[in-house]
Amino acid sequence: MKKTLFVAAAIIIGGLLIGALDMVHPFGNPGAAPMDNYYLENSLKELSTENIVTSIVFDYRGFDTLGEAAVLFTALCSITVLFREGRKK
Amino acid sequence: MNPLSLIVRVGCDIFAWFMLVFGTNVIIHGYMSPGGGFQGGAIAATFIVFLLVAYGSRRVHSWVNEGIYDVLFDELGLLSFIILAFLGLPTSFFFNYLATPLGVASPWFTPGAGTIFFMSIAVGIEVTGALSLVILNMHRGIRLFSESPMEEELGHDR
Amino acid sequence: MIGNGPFLAVGILFLIALVGIFTQKNLIKIAMAIAILGSSVNLFLVALGYRTGGTVPIHYLAGEGGPMVLPTPQAMTLTAIVIALATTALLLSLIMLIYRHYGTINVDEIRRLRG
Repeated sequence: MKKTLFVAAAIIIGGLLIGALDMVHPFGNPGAAPMDNYYLENSLKELSTENIVTSIVFDYRGFDTLGEAAVLFTALCSITVLFREGRKK
Repeated sequence: MNPLSLIVRVGCDIFAWFMLVFGTNVIIHGYMSPGGGFQGGAIAATFIVFLLVAYGSRRVHSWVNEGIYDVLFDELGLLSFIILAFLGLPTSFFFNYLATPLGVASPWFTPGAGTIFFMSIAVGIEVTGALSLVILNMHRGIRLFSESPMEEELGHDR
Repeated sequence: MIGNGPFLAVGILFLIALVGIFTQKNLIKIAMAIAILGSSVNLFLVALGYRTGGTVPIHYLAGEGGPMVLPTPQAMTLTAIVIALATTALLLSLIMLIYRHYGTINVDEIRRLRG
């Protein structure tokens, strides 16, 4: 009983998920993207950076990188606290 | 647990240094080729993993000073990243004050990418220190909680 | 339908991870399922920004062929990968502590022991 209920719920959720993913824009055609086109055209002119992804990560969207470095630092601190010395119980 | 074979240990010992050089290369050329701070830092952090495989955890932990990884790599990388971001503050946070347009020679010795170059190096240092410390801490945690010394793992330490 | 193949692959990976999270009893296997879920989300982000016949968003490697793919989802995916790595390391550390404390990593037995 429990297993049939689980299988039914999985099938329903999977069908809804696949249907929703089929309604995203067609693959290979994301439509108009003015922001990305601005990055693609002006990154080399303004910053003389060949790698556009790096110019986005470190310049246009630096706040993301700052938060991400903070997340990495926080994870490191918590792991260090978990395995600190003198915790032999 | 049997110790790893000699071929694996010698191969890891040799290739650790090549991975360090390759990670540095990816970090420094991040502004003009595929790569950047995160990818190069993750590659350079495999150095410590290879040393752990090659020499065993006891000898590596006796070599490594974790304060150097913590203070000199992790916090210095994060702090220099934040300071580089704050230096552009008269215009805006994260303003690229060193960048020159294409075809214009830079007045300093910096590349034309400006702060992207330095931020890439800073983030690379930070990610290298953070990932190496995560690996070292998790590997030490195996030993820290065991009541008896792990005799079977000593096969790695020649 | 079949033109959206990568999106369907994302859905299948997501379902595999979801079934793994709900049915497995081993904490290590649950962590692996969470990692698969994060990978499916990363694949979805990269597949969103693809243009037909697109090239890499690096100027001197792109050549003359076609438009470049969208760079912003790739940058966001780069962020997501590092955060997933940090969370996975924290998750495995907590699993190590749970094993030291309870002596097992089976979810049902941990729930039965209660300290």
